[in-house]
Amino acid sequence: MAGAVLVLLIGNADGRRTSFIRWLTLVISVAAFVVTLAIWAAFDPGSPEFQLVERHAWIPAFGIDYYIGVDGISLLLIVLTGFLTPVAVLSSWIGIERKVKEFCAFLLLLEAAMIGVFLSIDLFLFYVFWDAMLVPMYFLIGIWGYDQRIYAAIKFMLYTMAGSVLMLIAILGLAYLHNAATGTYSFDLLKLYTLDIAPRTQFWFFLAFAVAFAIKVPLFPFHTWLPDAHVQAPTAGSVILAGVLLKMGTYGLVRFAFPLFPLAAHYFAPWIAVLAVVGIIYGALVAMVQPDMKKLVAYSSVSHLGFVVLGICAMNVNGVQGAMYQMLAHGVSTGGLFLIVGMLSDRRHTRLISEFGGLKAVVPRLTAAFMIITLASIGLPGLNGFVGEFLIMLGAFRWDPRYVVGAGLGVILSAVYMLWMFQRVYYGKVTHAENSRLPDLLPHEWSSVVPLCVVALLMGVFPTVFLRPTEPAVTRIVDRLQNTQTLRVERFARPERPERLERIVERSDRSERPERSERR
Amino acid sequence: MISPAFDAIVPMLSVTLAALACMAWEAFRDPGERGPVGGLGIVGLIGAAVSAAVLWNGNTASFGVISGDNFGLFVTLVLVAVGILTIMFSSQVIHRDGIPAGEYYTLILFALVGMIMMATANDLLVIFIALEVLSLAVYVLTGIRREDPRATEAAFKYFLLGAFSSAFFLYGIAFTFGLAGSTHLDRIGSYLAAQSLSDNPLILVALGLLLVGFAFKISAVPFHMWTPDAYEGAPAIVTGFMSTGVKAAAFAAFARVFLSSFEPFSADWAPIVWVIAAATMILGTVVGVAQTNLKRMLAYSSIAHGGYLLVGLVAANEVGKAAILFYLAAYAITNLAAFGVIALLGARDRDNDELRDYAGLWYSHPGLSALMTVCLLSLGGLPPTAGFIGKWYIFSAAVSANYYGLAIIGVLTSVISVFFYLRVVVMMYMQEPGTEPPRIQVNAVSMTALTVAIAAIFYLGILPTQVLNLASQSIATIF
Repeated sequence: MAGAVLVLLIGNADGRRTSFIRWLTLVISVAAFVVTLAIWAAFDPGSPEFQLVERHAWIPAFGIDYYIGVDGISLLLIVLTGFLTPVAVLSSWIGIERKVKEFCAFLLLLEAAMIGVFLSIDLFLFYVFWDAMLVPMYFLIGIWGYDQRIYAAIKFMLYTMAGSVLMLIAILGLAYLHNAATGTYSFDLLKLYTLDIAPRTQFWFFLAFAVAFAIKVPLFPFHTWLPDAHVQAPTAGSVILAGVLLKMGTYGLVRFAFPLFPLAAHYFAPWIAVLAVVGIIYGALVAMVQPDMKKLVAYSSVSHLGFVVLGICAMNVNGVQGAMYQMLAHGVSTGGLFLIVGMLSDRRHTRLISEFGGLKAVVPRLTAAFMIITLASIGLPGLNGFVGEFLIMLGAFRWDPRYVVGAGLGVILSAVYMLWMFQRVYYGKVTHAENSRLPDLLPHEWSSVVPLCVVALLMGVFPTVFLRPTEPAVTRIVDRLQNTQTLRVERFARPERPERLERIVERSDRSERPERSERR
Repeated sequence: MISPAFDAIVPMLSVTLAALACMAWEAFRDPGERGPVGGLGIVGLIGAAVSAAVLWNGNTASFGVISGDNFGLFVTLVLVAVGILTIMFSSQVIHRDGIPAGEYYTLILFALVGMIMMATANDLLVIFIALEVLSLAVYVLTGIRREDPRATEAAFKYFLLGAFSSAFFLYGIAFTFGLAGSTHLDRIGSYLAAQSLSDNPLILVALGLLLVGFAFKISAVPFHMWTPDAYEGAPAIVTGFMSTGVKAAAFAAFARVFLSSFEPFSADWAPIVWVIAAATMILGTVVGVAQTNLKRMLAYSSIAHGGYLLVGLVAANEVGKAAILFYLAAYAITNLAAFGVIALLGARDRDNDELRDYAGLWYSHPGLSALMTVCLLSLGGLPPTAGFIGKWYIFSAAVSANYYGLAIIGVLTSVISVFFYLRVVVMMYMQEPGTEPPRIQVNAVSMTALTVAIAAIFYLGILPTQVLNLASQSIATIF
């Protein structure tokens, strides 16, 4: 079903005239959005299983299938992708003048690959989409970006690839382990979940997966590609990058790294959480001093994504659900921020905060939209950011209250830097003469800003609508993670490893939090 | 056929006849006449392909020295594809460069005969003869632009070092013969299976000498010195032909000798090849980063690709052997197509093969630069292209044989290699064209060849099952 959409997207991306191509792209992306909504409608929120599954043998010799489906975790991310792509198309309605056809083609290819990443159940297929996604994004940044675009594009590509190739090795290793255990190769995620992996192997494989995803998130200290990529990308690229691409890292953690290697996940979770909290505070502090609006928003992403990772590391239902919610909320609000910053920079060809000021009187409607999105991003109750942050903090608090202290500080700081920027840009006097003649929202801008604001409001007021489908799948993963401690003792209770068992039991007696046996 | 004993050499005969026909045409043509010589070659190559397809699964053998097993036939098919694509690209290039058509095509075809013989031979001496046949033809092809001093230098260098390596190889054969009393691979294998290294240290000498000989031909580190110079000096299309055909043939023989005859000693040579593979991958990519000439850069990249193939050889399990074959096919088509584009972009007076010549190519030749991009992405191993599946296959072989270290070196170097492939892409797409670039008309034949090659890259990348199955069938019969 969604596979057909992918083919359609790829096949349909060329045409003759610029405006015709723009409209065609818009229609295709809206159609894709409608399809994602249809998937949502067809989705049964009560079940934790994969639904609407499509499966074809692809490379049978290696047990590789074209195997796609949605569950509660991927469903809303697919809808988010479908939602943000038309927004991105609209955002480049005027800003992109050169090579419009190629731009639209790359954008649609990117959407296809992103949806593919979220849909894949087969690890090999997942990796194919994961890498394929880099190529259109690379071109989007490299061709249509700002001055430093080539540097940013190459940095983006190399960072992400360096992480992901190690994941490839781990994927191959998993398939090989499956072969050793059952006699057939398989890249099927559901089969690999059932594998019994030695702790030491889990340690290394988890590391490989986690680094790949941490670079994508980006978790501190792997974040250095992000400000460059964001700042240099065209508006549409930034919207997609912030809105969807970053979610892939956290999605990968929830979907692959944690449930595949539960023992290692328990071992690493505190460390990752520390990095996440450092990222929250560091991102916020750096954002505060940025003179460039886009850079500010980019660093705010580092901070917000830190929350998501913290929620995942808490490994309880509140935390993970909150993380899922925050992923959606961040997609909408940061996508919106980049969109509006893009509008300002299209008008003035600068993104420096000091170049603006007093815009409220000049462009009141744009100001209002920006206000809504800003407040959503800060996490004001009633808007989308609040629910996710609240759930994450709740989850983290149950796990270990110390992390919440840092995270709470991050919330305050985010209000500081966002509102301060807002104040500097929109209030005060008009300091630059050319700012007094800026046009307010244009029709195509209306059509992209309004849905974003509406969705932000909806997500804040009716969070249940968005939380309910995720619940069964999240519960299943959390159960799996929480059960590992008992599982682990059972595993080592096998006769061939008596000496280990003793050590483990002894250790679990000593402390409640699982310690890793790899720690020799 | 006249006698079943001839079956296995039919592909070779077909190409040889085509080569002779080209030579005869060159001798008897009217001065200034331009005939469809390339077409003759293609007919011969198609004959070879058809006969190889007929012989598939036949396990024929001729005269006890040529075996038409699936392994050899698979490589033969790859070589035929290389040959056909080369000839199609050449149709435009050689007239532009003023290369005599008859001689050129004759040499290409004779080189192909040598390559096919090398892939199917199962006797060390015949492998050596094949090596000489192909090497001599390629030496001449390297220097076929006689008025160009760089080409002459390249040919001379290549010839000297090549002759040197042939001597090593021959010496290795002599030692092997002295030990086993035969040059036939099966007999060597059965002799060696009963030996141990401690009783017979001469085996190590024989093994080492043969290894050096092969390593020269596949330009593995530290025997790669000739490669960048030879590749840079030769006409681009000949470079493409050398870097794919010679490598494929040499690898086929390498795998055959080391995985059948010397299999009993794999525990001894595997660590050596491990080091060579790692060094080859690292040096190929790291030095490749520093290059500003596209041909030279691709020369280093092809060294690195040789390293990846060696990984499959070290792994030496079922997956690894099939992976070598698949990788050869994927690499051959991709690399040849890349050199095809370079060749087409050249001009009579200058090659246009410096990196900066590609600035803004997208604006003047969007089609060619798109095709080039696909080739480069495939060389870099990004999905959904042939190169990705090939790399994935090689590394899964390494992982399943528990060579995690090698696999990690492999993936990291391929990230580095993506950096320099992307530099070309950056040049083509993200830089404004410097001077007004010459408009290049690509003729229909070359365009067809490019389209076919790109289609094959995507086919191998998206639906690899068919070819993967062929590759695993190929290794089922011999090893």
